[in-house]
Amino acid sequence: MAGTLFFYTLSAVLIASALGVITARNPVHAVLFLVLSFVTSSVLWLLLEAEFLAVVLVLVYVGAVMVLFLFVVMMLDVNVAQLREGFTRYAWLGAVVAAVLAAELLAIVWWKPDGLPMAATTTPRPADYSNTEMLGTALYTEHLFAFELAAFLLLLAIVAAIVLTMRRRPGLKAQDVSRQVAVRREDRVRLVQMKAEHDT
Amino acid sequence: MITLGHYLTLSALLFVIAIAGIFLNRKNVILLLMCVELLLLAVNFNFIAFSRYLDDPTGQVFVFFILTVAAAEAAIGLAILVVLFRARRSINVQELDVLKG
Repeated sequence: MAGTLFFYTLSAVLIASALGVITARNPVHAVLFLVLSFVTSSVLWLLLEAEFLAVVLVLVYVGAVMVLFLFVVMMLDVNVAQLREGFTRYAWLGAVVAAVLAAELLAIVWWKPDGLPMAATTTPRPADYSNTEMLGTALYTEHLFAFELAAFLLLLAIVAAIVLTMRRRPGLKAQDVSRQVAVRREDRVRLVQMKAEHDT
Repeated sequence: MITLGHYLTLSALLFVIAIAGIFLNRKNVILLLMCVELLLLAVNFNFIAFSRYLDDPTGQVFVFFILTVAAAEAAIGLAILVVLFRARRSINVQELDVLKG
């Protein structure tokens, strides 16, 4: 079955790139692995027929947020060696927590999924089915208030990011147009009385 | 055929890897933020899989809002990181002891 093979291949790529994110030596490589994992999950979302969100994930996440991450990683002169020291000191604790968490989550999924249709399969939607239309109908009718709150949240995030990173440097040479316009003749010109000089 | 359980397993593995990443990279704020992004991706996977298999559009609406909030969080987090780096010349979590907490 082609779909099954596709799913397993993409899952392997996704897991491998997620492992690359957490173990990469260079932060730039970690961001690039994160981009790979986002693109792979976007293709997996296409398999789940969530076309709008798959495209939004690539456009907004890979196109904007990941580029912002890359920008910050490259702009900051980070001492990677110092940050990596003691990299494996708590690795055993991480491994234990991860193993316990994985066992719990997989037990919920495979052992006793009360009331959840874990073995459910889907039939492909008809060709004229529009995921965007379905999502838009849900967003603009049932969830309109939450949608407007999200818009306000984005505005707030813009203002917060700009206010946080804006700074006034002392000694910066810049023109102050209002002071330039308001200057008077008396401020600049000084008339001096002196005797004429003669050549001898 | 691919069932709901397959997708939930994939998302659980992704979530666990991100948790392990938080333990491994506990000194580097940028990598911590990236691990949080991976956690959110795993959660989004769950929502979309449930939305498809239970045939309910609300799951995708949730993913839409999570993406919005995650984008805002990343922008503000990176802005704080830039300000922090300007003030301390370092992004090591262990050196963030100004508050003496």
